[in-house]
Amino acid sequence: MTDFFQFLTDQSDKLLDQILRHVGLTMLSLLIAMVVGIPLGIFISRYKRLASSVLGIAGVLQTIPSLALLGFLIPTLGIGIGPALVALFLYALLPIIRNTFVGIQGVSPIVKEAAKGVGMTNRQILTKIELPLALPVLFAGIRTAAVINVGVATLAAYVAAGGLGEFIFGGIALSNVNMMLAGAIPAALLAVGFDLGLAQLQKLTGNRGRVGALVFLLALPVLTAFTMLPQGSGKLVAGFAHEFYGRADGYPGLQKTYGLHLTPRLIDQNLMYEAIHRRQVDIISGYSTDGRIKAYNLLVLDDDRRAFPPYYAAPVVRQATLDRYPELQPTLDLLAGKLTDSAMTYLNYRADYLHDSPAKIAQLFLERSGLYKTPKANPRPQRIVLGTKVFTEQYILAEIYRQLIEGHTELGVDARTGLGGTQICFDALRSGSIDFYPEYTGTGLLVILQPSPVVLHNLPMQPDSVYGFVKREFQQKYQLAWMAPLGFNNSYSLMMRREQANALDIQSISGLVGYLK
Amino acid sequence: MIHVRNLTKRFGSQRAVDTISFNVPSGETLVLLGTSGCGKTTTLKMLNRLIEPSEGIIEINGTDIKQQDGPTLRRSIGYVVQESGLFPHYSIYDNIGVVPRLLGWPPQQIQQRIAELLTTLRLPDNLLNRYPDELSGGQRQRVGLARALAVRPPVVLMDEPFGALDPYTRRHIRQELFGLDELRKTTVVLVTHDVQEALEVADRIALMDQGKIVQLGSPTDFRENPATDFVRDFFDF
Repeated sequence: MTDFFQFLTDQSDKLLDQILRHVGLTMLSLLIAMVVGIPLGIFISRYKRLASSVLGIAGVLQTIPSLALLGFLIPTLGIGIGPALVALFLYALLPIIRNTFVGIQGVSPIVKEAAKGVGMTNRQILTKIELPLALPVLFAGIRTAAVINVGVATLAAYVAAGGLGEFIFGGIALSNVNMMLAGAIPAALLAVGFDLGLAQLQKLTGNRGRVGALVFLLALPVLTAFTMLPQGSGKLVAGFAHEFYGRADGYPGLQKTYGLHLTPRLIDQNLMYEAIHRRQVDIISGYSTDGRIKAYNLLVLDDDRRAFPPYYAAPVVRQATLDRYPELQPTLDLLAGKLTDSAMTYLNYRADYLHDSPAKIAQLFLERSGLYKTPKANPRPQRIVLGTKVFTEQYILAEIYRQLIEGHTELGVDARTGLGGTQICFDALRSGSIDFYPEYTGTGLLVILQPSPVVLHNLPMQPDSVYGFVKREFQQKYQLAWMAPLGFNNSYSLMMRREQANALDIQSISGLVGYLK
Repeated sequence: MIHVRNLTKRFGSQRAVDTISFNVPSGETLVLLGTSGCGKTTTLKMLNRLIEPSEGIIEINGTDIKQQDGPTLRRSIGYVVQESGLFPHYSIYDNIGVVPRLLGWPPQQIQQRIAELLTTLRLPDNLLNRYPDELSGGQRQRVGLARALAVRPPVVLMDEPFGALDPYTRRHIRQELFGLDELRKTTVVLVTHDVQEALEVADRIALMDQGKIVQLGSPTDFRENPATDFVRDFFDF
């Protein structure tokens, strides 16, 4: 608990900023949804034949999973506040249209006829009778929409629109419970707060109700102003993945080694490349073997002071599994040194840019390396479980291992692809949920072993020494075995668009720091 | 005051009101009487264009009502509906003052007129800031009538105005309200299915059946010369 409060105190500036941004996003999308939804609700209460189709469409929009919706929006709207607002707007639409419609439908026909009978025009009946009487129901719809949006707005952090999701997703990526809670608790409180506040407003009747509604309507645009808070400004705009931003060997390491200071926008790591390609950011934190480096013509900045430790990939296997299936280790070691940086980048490129399936890419690679064997079609009762993290390279490696093992042995392979991060993979491995997964030496060192600063200082940041260190420590501490490295070094790296880097004459991270000063 | 000639209303192929004609002289109370679905309410609603006739002519004060648009026409005709039809979110003051406000009367004149109506209808002053659901059924009915009379319309239409009241309250309110000078001077068309009510308040009664007027005359005419067996049966003479 004390850790948590310490975290809140340390991060209070950023927390306040993200809370305001979160409120701003929620309110701006709510405002737009009201501007569109209320007239639409009124319209379908006049033309009832259209009601079922309009409500049906709004209902279907509501059922699209929020992440999928963001995914659809990114190709047209890019990253940042745009797609987040549109997604939130679409979610808020249904409750507002529906409750406007239902509220107006619910006005007693006798009252409506009396209004017509005393000589009100249609417009007067709407504004003086139907809308005021529908207001409680309409307001309940706004309240529902506000609460939904506070929740969905956490996903805005995936597309660099900020909000409390930054803490939540950063916390998940880093397995930092305090960070997760620092996002989740304020988000939950905001939802409850909006719900209670609007419920109070809903209870006011007569003149006080009207004053309350007016105050709410006036406050709404003011609250939306928080979306205009400055974000990631400066000469060059950086877009970093949540994990990179928080990990000791990521951005903090760069700050320490180079004295680099940026105010980065945080974004989902798979969207980063899209963002730099569309010139929405200028620097991203990528992986040096990513296929999109080739596809989007990016320049990997030279890490001239070696802030990023080497990240040679190798499978990490449970010792118990190796003992049970002696044929496994020789099979895995067939790949040792077979995948160079450029080979891996090319495989990633085929997946990310040419959209080949991992299975096809894996088979192609194995055939070219002379390692492909057609698996025998017999039942495979002995099975081992393979895990991967959530990115292209790991999916391809998983397929390569599956085809390799099933071709060369009698073992069957079940793949658990998409374990959401290093810590999750590692925990699954230790608990025996999976038998092995591809890991990177630098990650094993800094994320899992986390040696003291003294040990780290004395360890040369060379590929062999880091590999030897993690192999030894993993075996002793966890009875987990590192197999021979595959050959490529997928280290963290900063990258820029090649033409911009050339124009600014930036080739290395030192060069970048020099330019920013 | 009101002239109706060959008035017909068709809903699809069905004739809800079938070629009826009648006059209502100034100051008279005409009761449209009949069973549910006989066309009496449809006839009433055609008088203020809540329903547009299929055929026929309606003149009020010598002018064809089609020459005015609906809202303008209705502001000049009082209208009382079932269960009073008061606006639940308006205070009693605003309910009574609604038509004068629509006509753009100055606030002071509205206030004066409302005070006058309260006295006439024996409603206590402290009601004005309350809302309809805080009133008794009888009070609501009086407020409904006050709203209809607010701009001193020459004609008032009433659609089952006492329908929601218990028989005791109904009888007393009816006698009291129809005893008022203000209402006696006004031309009233009232729709009901209650024979007793019709006999009590009507100057003349139009008994309707299947869209037609079966007999039109004073309560005495009905008692002395019921035109058909249906009339005799309806009145239970």
